[in-house]
Amino acid sequence: MTTSTEPVVAADGLPLKRSLARALRRQKIRALLLIAPLLLFIVLTFLVPIGNMLLRSVDNAIVEETIPRTVEALRGWDEAGDVPPGEDVFEALYADMLIATDAKRHTRLGSRLNYESSGMSSLFRKTNERRLGRFELEQPLAPQFEDIDEDWITLETWRVIKSNSDPVTAGYFLAAMDLRATPTGIEPVSDLQAIYVKLFVRTMILSVTITAMCFLLGYPIAWILANLPSRSANMLLILVLLPFWTSLLVRTSAWKVLLQQQGVINDLLVWVGVLADDNRLAMINNATGTVIAMTHILLPFMILPLYSVMKTISPTYLRAAKSLGATDWTAFWRVYFPQSVPGIGAGAILVFILAIGYYITPELVGGTDGTFISNRIYYHISSSLNWGLAAALATILLAMVLALYWVYDRLVGIDNVKLG
Amino acid sequence: MKLKTMMIGATSALALTGAAHADGHMADSMTVVSWGGAYQTSQQKAYSEPYAEENGVEFTWDESSGEAVARLRAMSEADNITWDLVDVVAADAMRLCDEGIAMEIDHDELLAPGDDGSSASEDFGDLIVSNCFIPQIVYSTTFGYRTDVAEWGGAEPTSVCDVWDMEAFPGQRALEKRPIGNVEWALICDGVAYEDVYDLLETPEGVARALAKLDEIKDDTVWWSAGAETPQLLADGEIVIGSTYNGRLFSVIEEQQQPVGMLWDYQMFDLDGWIVPAGLPEDRLARTLDFLRYATDTQRLADQAKYIAYGPARASSAPLVSTHAELGIDMAPHMPTDPANSVNTFLFNYEWWADNRDDIDAQFQSWLLQ
Repeated sequence: MTTSTEPVVAADGLPLKRSLARALRRQKIRALLLIAPLLLFIVLTFLVPIGNMLLRSVDNAIVEETIPRTVEALRGWDEAGDVPPGEDVFEALYADMLIATDAKRHTRLGSRLNYESSGMSSLFRKTNERRLGRFELEQPLAPQFEDIDEDWITLETWRVIKSNSDPVTAGYFLAAMDLRATPTGIEPVSDLQAIYVKLFVRTMILSVTITAMCFLLGYPIAWILANLPSRSANMLLILVLLPFWTSLLVRTSAWKVLLQQQGVINDLLVWVGVLADDNRLAMINNATGTVIAMTHILLPFMILPLYSVMKTISPTYLRAAKSLGATDWTAFWRVYFPQSVPGIGAGAILVFILAIGYYITPELVGGTDGTFISNRIYYHISSSLNWGLAAALATILLAMVLALYWVYDRLVGIDNVKLG
Repeated sequence: MKLKTMMIGATSALALTGAAHADGHMADSMTVVSWGGAYQTSQQKAYSEPYAEENGVEFTWDESSGEAVARLRAMSEADNITWDLVDVVAADAMRLCDEGIAMEIDHDELLAPGDDGSSASEDFGDLIVSNCFIPQIVYSTTFGYRTDVAEWGGAEPTSVCDVWDMEAFPGQRALEKRPIGNVEWALICDGVAYEDVYDLLETPEGVARALAKLDEIKDDTVWWSAGAETPQLLADGEIVIGSTYNGRLFSVIEEQQQPVGMLWDYQMFDLDGWIVPAGLPEDRLARTLDFLRYATDTQRLADQAKYIAYGPARASSAPLVSTHAELGIDMAPHMPTDPANSVNTFLFNYEWWADNRDDIDAQFQSWLLQ
């Protein structure tokens, strides 16, 4: 029964307010249930794996998990001094390594530490079950470790182990920015090894160039498409889409045939007499090759949003502008162009974001000065297995894209982007 | 890319060749991972087709060896290994072994003894570079050159150092976009003795010296990352001399009849072979080991050389190498291990590269960017 203080009641006798809220809640739950599969799918197959991958950029639990006693014993050792650790550390190391070699985990730790200092990989591989089994436990252990490899008693080895014994590390991010931690603080790596900052800058510059090229080439095409009668426009649209139906590798290889020094374009130019035979243009295996091939591959992503936005711009505006005395250029620049900006925004964002993560095409046609940061990410994922560094590089790349997105939102406004 | 080849052999109940496991416990299908192309075909013809015929096993081939290391690690972390046998180069096998992703193998227990009576570990000898690695072929990275370059005036390169000789042999070169191989050749041609190369490379001066030597030809070099690139560049006349795998050069020269010659001087020996992923279920492991024993015996390794110009890893297979299955030419002179070809060879120091690869690769890539 309802109380008398509630003046308005619904048909079932409940207060109207509560009844309404319940109905709304039911609707919300139903809506949520409807999207739940999708939400779950996205969370499980997209956000969790990506988050997991990005977390690897700081994860360093392997050292503490593999040799916990050694890490504990090392706390009492002064890494700034010039004496190697004492017998207690070697006893702890022996106990840890017995377990680690039994589980075949010692070589993994060696690979991990080898990223920090060359030689750790073979040091841990050598210190295997067989060698440890021959240890005489009554004797001091340090010299017996030294027998396996003299690196076991060097300061450098123990400094590397101690400085990497925290379960969380900033080392991968430092390496990704061509920096390294030393006992005296963070300093840049030598010029002979610096590579990532250069590659990030280059990736940005080339991606912007590719986006600009796509805009310059795509805008007139989109304009023609939008202003042709729909029959012929559809024909042309198929031509724009045609590259999508050809394998990426085939398209990239086709550019090789065209652009190489003994290729079609150079042959033609030599034959016409524009070029001397011994002075052929180098258009591939360099940044030019990357820009040309990627502009071609990404062009449809610029044309399509431009086309769909231009389709919605009524031709009467241009006619009105001209009838009011505007020249062709003024009519275009003051009336037509501003209306097409949302399409440019959408196209540019699509092309730029796709370009920044490309690696197959730059690898094949980029030579040495046309490769991207993604080529190094790929190398560390697939070859060197340094997934921590790959994750750090990818995180930085993601942060850069998000920062650019934020700048774009401030300058142009993200509401101003239209896909159609 | 996944190539699925179904080869359900006749279910003839032939006795298993030296099987150590009862037939009832073996899986009746296998997923084998290799490199695709002519190499994988040679493995199918020499190993899996005859095996399928005898045992009625269904083979699925996956052309993923190029990214096998990363994929296996991901599979192992997800605890869902879908591959049974994986073809990798020795350096990758070492990496997978260190990571605990590849199974350690007792070569003498699991592999057939050689036809000449030697035990498996004697027969493979030094080529067993890791406890997880079962060697299959010896291949080499070496140079091919065009034989019709007008500017060379009929001369042909005879030494690996001719690659650096821009006076006598002008034209574009092709080298692999990684330090392994290139830095060793550079030091050899800079006058360093063979046995000092790795000691020197361990010092910063050694690396600097190798890169300085490479600097001499840097502007005239195309850097490749896929083995198919050099043959294409040679065939198109884009380059005049370039490094690639000897089997690729064999097919350019003998199968496609291009005007290309082969330079064996200081060919860089490398190994390719099998690893078994760690943690396979019992029935699949039993099948894999049974196939492995069959596919790596003396005769099978020699058979593979009928289809591709790579040398069998067993010493006992060498005398059995015969003629090419289609071309009918004698294959022995095309083997990297042939005495005439291996006057000067370079043996990779795998252990050394496993330690120093990341470091030197960083310097090499940084040098490429300059």
